[in-house]
Amino acid sequence: MEDNVILRIGAKILIPFILMFALYVQFHGDYGPGGGFQAGVIFASAFILYALIYGLDTAKRALPLGFVWFCGALGVWIFAGVGVVTVIMGGEFLNYNVLANDAEQGQELGILLVELGVLTTVFGVMVAIFYSFAGRRQAR
Amino acid sequence: MLAVTALALVKLRNLFAVAMLAGIFSLLSAGLFTALDAVDVAFTEAAVGAGISTILVLGTLALVGHEQKKPTRSSMLPLLVVLVTGSILVYGTLDMPPYGDPGNPAHNHVAPHYLEESEHEIGIPNVVTSVLASYRGYDTMGETTVIFTAMVGVLLLMGGIRKRATSRTPDGPAASLSDGPDARSSGPPTEAEAKAESVDGGHGTGPVEAGEEGNVHGG
Repeated sequence: MEDNVILRIGAKILIPFILMFALYVQFHGDYGPGGGFQAGVIFASAFILYALIYGLDTAKRALPLGFVWFCGALGVWIFAGVGVVTVIMGGEFLNYNVLANDAEQGQELGILLVELGVLTTVFGVMVAIFYSFAGRRQAR
Repeated sequence: MLAVTALALVKLRNLFAVAMLAGIFSLLSAGLFTALDAVDVAFTEAAVGAGISTILVLGTLALVGHEQKKPTRSSMLPLLVVLVTGSILVYGTLDMPPYGDPGNPAHNHVAPHYLEESEHEIGIPNVVTSVLASYRGYDTMGETTVIFTAMVGVLLLMGGIRKRATSRTPDGPAASLSDGPDARSSGPPTEAEAKAESVDGGHGTGPVEAGEEGNVHGG
């Protein structure tokens, strides 16, 4: 599909908006539908579109395989890390009240961090699974 | 609509059409969830079911081919099993509380607390997010771990880890071991070759290369 001008230009125009929409879904999850999971999937789909149009190798140059795996693990680490931090700060595991002076602010901060962890993991995992499906034949 | 799509899914033998119809099925379910006011679920269904899964199924089809084989055995026994299981499930739903009744157990346990108190306790307007990330934080952490585990499983099964070891040494043992129909693409394949291969998708996968496990531990 690399030589199809319409697809190339269309993808080039669309991808920034898809990424932006993913971030909107992520940070607007507190007020409307959405959250880390959906945002991660949308974020990953932007890169999958890139890989479909421009080829897997180009996508892997932009987003290396090791980084994707690292993201998949980092998200779980962030999520559990927030829990450990709350324990260290004197609360129960994943009790965000203790993260800030005010309980409500602590909750908002905790939810933000936790959703960020979900986003990172879902994004990394989706792209990693796509890479391994799409790259299987190339690897031989 | 959903039933028609599902029947078409069962009937069709062309797996490409089946993949597309599965995406349509997901999109219709997303519409159903929206009609039931479950916007977050609908969002997830549209993004995952209609988006990513369709892509992954198409990726699988590129590996295994587009046509489903004719069944060799009669489908009467599976049909019987499905009918019995389905009727048992329908019988089970007869005991369920009526849909939309405010006296249902689901509306009287912790739901009122979430709906009334989360505004002060969490300070976030979207109750779904409050429940997901704070009240049920353990569950969400478990889900995140499950997703991570899915990645590890896919990488181990599909050989993503071995692939990195191969690409680091293009003339290594894995490249020289490939034989048979794949022999022409030994060494780094060009873009066009790879495309043609992923499009034709016909011939089966070659033999499993030896030394896979060693590379898994090494990578």
